[in-house]
Amino acid sequence: MNKEIAAVYADGWGRIVATMIRFTGDWSLAEECTQEAFATALRVWPETGTPDQPLAWLTTVARRTAVDRLRRATVERAKLQEVAMEPAPWTADSEIPDDRLELMFTCCHPALNVEAQVALTLRGVAGMSTAEIARAFLVPEKTMGQRIFRAKQRIKQAGIPFRVPPGHLLPERLTAVLHVLYLLFNEGYSGSGELCREAIRIGRTLVGLMPDEPEAQGLLALMLVQDARRTARTGADGTLLSLDEQDRARWDRALIEEGAALCERALRRGKAGPFQLQAAIAVCHATAASVEETDWPQIAGLYEHLRRVTPGPVVDLNRAVAVAMASGPEAGLALVDAIDGLDGYHLLHATRADLLRRAGRNDEAAGSWRRALDLAPTEAERRLLTDRLAAAPAGSAVSGGPAASPRTAPPGAPPSAPRPGG
Amino acid sequence: MKYLMLVCVDPDFTPGADDGKPDVDDWVGEMDGKGIRLMGDRTRPASAATTVRVRNREVLVTDGPFVETKDLIAGFDVLECEDLDQAIEVATQHPMAWAGAIELRPVWPWGDE
Repeated sequence: MNKEIAAVYADGWGRIVATMIRFTGDWSLAEECTQEAFATALRVWPETGTPDQPLAWLTTVARRTAVDRLRRATVERAKLQEVAMEPAPWTADSEIPDDRLELMFTCCHPALNVEAQVALTLRGVAGMSTAEIARAFLVPEKTMGQRIFRAKQRIKQAGIPFRVPPGHLLPERLTAVLHVLYLLFNEGYSGSGELCREAIRIGRTLVGLMPDEPEAQGLLALMLVQDARRTARTGADGTLLSLDEQDRARWDRALIEEGAALCERALRRGKAGPFQLQAAIAVCHATAASVEETDWPQIAGLYEHLRRVTPGPVVDLNRAVAVAMASGPEAGLALVDAIDGLDGYHLLHATRADLLRRAGRNDEAAGSWRRALDLAPTEAERRLLTDRLAAAPAGSAVSGGPAASPRTAPPGAPPSAPRPGG
Repeated sequence: MKYLMLVCVDPDFTPGADDGKPDVDDWVGEMDGKGIRLMGDRTRPASAATTVRVRNREVLVTDGPFVETKDLIAGFDVLECEDLDQAIEVATQHPMAWAGAIELRPVWPWGDE
């Protein structure tokens, strides 16, 4: 794609789609017309040059296409009249309403299942093609096409509104939007990173549109800091590296600084939510020179705070690791043994084994290792555990955290479960 | 938009202590007053149901419900709402959302796609 058009596309797609949905009330039509407008731009702009008001230009073309299509479809006469009565097309970019928030909240409406929310957000807000989304989720394009089609149909038939929810519903609905973005991010974290970039891009838009929501800032900060470490997480042979194995020189300082500043700004509002706290923990890890020089007491304190806002055994496990690093293995073990409901989680036993070994209780440690290996869900996870055991010098920490990747949270764990690891 | 609101019993639900569940008469009064509830009532249990089928021009009448499941539907209301969000809010305020479940079915008017 032409570079200038690509730049307009990145920011303009969601905006024009949102405007066209508002305008026609028809999601598929809105997307088709927006696509058509960009296709026209690809043809025309190289000859005429990029217009001064590219969004207005594109929106006008999209609108004209919509009117043409509706005119041809006689069944939509009534709709056509409505559309034709709308005010004249926009002449300046600044006149185009920004309905992207409406678009995000509708895409992430709780009456849609999570898969539909994710697909709609990528298609509508980010402008990824159905084929691209299908590739990212490793499903056939046809399946993804049907998923998106059904979701749009459901929006229409169930009467899901196109709007930002009113104040009393906002906290709950914003949480849903943030979770979808974080889900996208995590999906990309172990893959090519394309979805990470999209999630961050949408996150930036969201923060721009809702500057007073510290949790939105917290999520963006978390994603930036995690993304800064993404490429350093895997070794040359593709294996996952834990925090202490990673080459910290490969971490992206600019992203970490941006994330740290954003996190601090959000926390200053005094409404620390789960994403802000996870971001703060990630910042502690990302700004430390090594695992040993990490501010573990601070991290333990942040986990203590986190378990108050989102209680759960995975948070408790991560807290136990931080406490062990700050105050010694026995203190961590006491916390691990008090955790309820994670007995089937391999990383609980791996953590326990590690702490027992550091405490010099080698016989007990061996039992916990066996249990961890028995429970490890994949061969790769088993290999990771064995490698760590083999590499660990007696008396040192095996890893900087029990969760080596965002994907290792146990089934049913909330997307906001902490991930301090690589 | 019109929604058929099916008021359902949840056989697995065990009521706890006083959970602040709203009163059904208050709900009916409020929603009638706002013009949201167009009509509605309880329905008698499945044991009072009659199922009618016509096969090969022959009328077959059987006692009992068409779907032989547990007795799930306890009543219905027809709502006129702005959109699904409003219908969800209305359903949330019905006591059976607290003790059973409410299913919202959009009405599909003739002529609509």
